[in-house]
Amino acid sequence: MSMMLAWSVTAAQILLAFAMVCATLRILWGPRAQDRVVGFDSLYVNAMLLLLAFGIRSGSALYFEAALIVALLGFVSTVALAKFLLRGEVIE
Amino acid sequence: MNEGVEVPVLSGILTAMLLICGATITLIGASGLLRLKSFYQRVHAPTLGTTLGTTCVALASIIYFSALGSRVVVHELLIIVFVTVTTPISLMVLVRAAVAREESENKGMPSREVGNENR
Repeated sequence: MSMMLAWSVTAAQILLAFAMVCATLRILWGPRAQDRVVGFDSLYVNAMLLLLAFGIRSGSALYFEAALIVALLGFVSTVALAKFLLRGEVIE
Repeated sequence: MNEGVEVPVLSGILTAMLLICGATITLIGASGLLRLKSFYQRVHAPTLGTTLGTTCVALASIIYFSALGSRVVVHELLIIVFVTVTTPISLMVLVRAAVAREESENKGMPSREVGNENR
């Protein structure tokens, strides 16, 4: 891996880590429950992008499958939390 | 880090640019999530990262692994399509839940103070 690509992967990882910090602060500060759920939604998308960046860094295709599973489970859990906020129970 | 492996220069430059662009766009969206005032403004900000940021980073991954394995690898298209399709669905369900919660809280209160939506 060339030096430029290694540095750019490191920079992208640092930027994505700052984005995760922003989402975590919104989860902690969020005045209401729906703000925390939006912060959680942003947090899992950023974690998925960070996994893709780790995959480019290590050159292994395993990180892609982890990123796909994070995206699937994150969508399901966001919809479940929104349904809970709407009705008070997830499955009616 | 895989030290001995070299990718062609053009693919390396494209991968680096797409990675930096995607990460920067995602950070801009997340800082908007932190800085905007009300909930209905904050819902819009992180979609910048989920659409454009995800597309850029997954395209970088496609280009890097295609150059590494000298054949076209398009697995990451799955992530692009899935995230782009599911983000509006989950956020619309969430906003409807927020509207229903505020309506049920304001029931019986005829006048609502202006600028109080940031609770």
